Amino acid sequence: MRAEIEAFFPKYPTKQAVTLPALHVVNEHLRCVPMAAIPEIAAMLELAPAQIHDTMSFYGFFKQSPCGQVRAWVCRSISCALRGGEEMLAALSDKLGVHPGETTADGKITLEFGECLGLCDFAPSMLAGTKVYKNMSVEQVDEVAALLKAQASEQA
Amino acid sequence: MAEFEPILLANIHKPDSHTLPVYQAGGGYAAVKKVLAGMSPVDVVELVKASSLRGRGGAGFPCGLKWSFLPKDHPGPIYMCVNADESEPATFNNRILMELDPHQVLEGIIIGCYATRASTAYIYVRYEYPTAYQRLQRAIDECYAAGLLGKNIQGSPFSLDIYMHRGAAAYICGEETGLIESLEGKRAWPRIKPPFPAIEGAFRKPTVVNNIETMANVPHIVNRGADWFKSMGIPSTNPKDPGSYGPKLYCISGHVNKPGCYEMPMGITCRELIDRYGGGVWKGRQGKAAIPGGLSMGLLTEKEFDTLLDFAGPGKVGCLGLGTAAVTVMDETVSMIDFLHNACRFFAHESCGQCTPCREGTSWSERILTRMKHGKGRLKDLEILLSISGSIGIMPGTTICGLADGAAWPIKNAINKFREEFEDYIRRTNPTGYAQEDPAEALQLVELGAH
Repeated sequence: MRAEIEAFFPKYPTKQAVTLPALHVVNEHLRCVPMAAIPEIAAMLELAPAQIHDTMSFYGFFKQSPCGQVRAWVCRSISCALRGGEEMLAALSDKLGVHPGETTADGKITLEFGECLGLCDFAPSMLAGTKVYKNMSVEQVDEVAALLKAQASEQA
Repeated sequence: MAEFEPILLANIHKPDSHTLPVYQAGGGYAAVKKVLAGMSPVDVVELVKASSLRGRGGAGFPCGLKWSFLPKDHPGPIYMCVNADESEPATFNNRILMELDPHQVLEGIIIGCYATRASTAYIYVRYEYPTAYQRLQRAIDECYAAGLLGKNIQGSPFSLDIYMHRGAAAYICGEETGLIESLEGKRAWPRIKPPFPAIEGAFRKPTVVNNIETMANVPHIVNRGADWFKSMGIPSTNPKDPGSYGPKLYCISGHVNKPGCYEMPMGITCRELIDRYGGGVWKGRQGKAAIPGGLSMGLLTEKEFDTLLDFAGPGKVGCLGLGTAAVTVMDETVSMIDFLHNACRFFAHESCGQCTPCREGTSWSERILTRMKHGKGRLKDLEILLSISGSIGIMPGTTICGLADGAAWPIKNAINKFREEFEDYIRRTNPTGYAQEDPAEALQLVELGAH
């Protein structure tokens, strides 16, 4: 991870600018940014740990305990909501037995709500990892849940 | 009317449209070569100024004028930040450009950097666009390999590096100084202006921040000229109005038969966009309202669908502006209370928290709408909401950036344009309490299942 983070240094005039890239590197490896990583990142970037924590905590994106093997965001913003996005989120939530923001007991899937994913032409939509689920409907909730589980197994 | 030949979307249906060979086969990078071979940076700025290209990100600021604000003879470095944090609800035109024609975007950026003497450009892409991120990175790699980026591009004295920078799911990073703070590794709190980024931007150096679609227009202006660009669109009507020229990507979503991103000259009406491109309102229903250009811009009623979607049009019917030209249509079954709840929840979630009026105003708006939605609304709430919407934002002078203005507009438009519906809903759902004026108790949202 250190080498991956250091590779960003030449791209920026300050080391502080590597904060977000470093958080992303750690997050991609560990599916979270544990508190223990913060002083280490700070030392690499020659910053106070509080500076890293301040930036990290601003972005609700970075969690301190691991997300599931797949992190899925169901869009709840206006264009998706008009076509059943909130119902889809509720249906998936029921099907997977978790509230938005939680991870399934088997550690496979973290279900979240997303604010406009920019996939309004495919509403209602979901981003799971790098995969886009388009034009979903609550009738397909079993199928979507199964696809998410399969995706989790692939990424495990 | 002759069928409009797409300009910005001319390549997207070609197989492998995102690759360098396909882009070059269609004449790609001719504009970079033309600029490097025979135009000075000032020539390019003047050309773009003459074209009247206005920023496509939402504010519509004239692009060439923005470039001309950079200090002359600055020793450097000068930075360009390309805003690909597209997060305005209902907006996805930049995603289409980045995924399907990333080289067109890069060509515009290269020319923009040449014009502004920027030696480094950062493309700030929102996290939610992984395909755009990968394809732009791959396109950048192809450019380095082909001598279109790096040192002494095409044998000229001009050198440029372009780097991708990933966001982390925060709407506020689309605000240009929030973007700069985020790029620098800090929380994305917008800066007080002045100093404007052109004087003191990224890493305290002169910086120009441009939107993806704006940059995609630049190669075409270089290739075909300012007069060609100005042959499309809606001319300026007074000396203070820079006009609405050139091609535009309009997004249409919500209750239409064919949601999508469609290109046409600036200045189609909302109704024509819905009927001719969006395939009409779905399920044979009537339209009730539409967002004219991203959620922040407010609402058009069905009667206002003939509004021209140029930079000046939406403002004439009380909307905030053209914004991102992303239209979301609501059919006759949509409750304006549900719409406004959705809008307020978005802005409460995305307020960065720096300015108290925005942080508190957006979150109280959401809480009031949640209470109203669950049958505990009071008529007095409408006055409270209008009072909030009139007091948060740059316009009333209470916040640093425009997020709160964007939060205020859906409230103003929804309540002022659909007042009767709000009052009826409140009376109907809260028959015993609608007239109360004493402070309302907060609802336990978790128990209500609102979150």
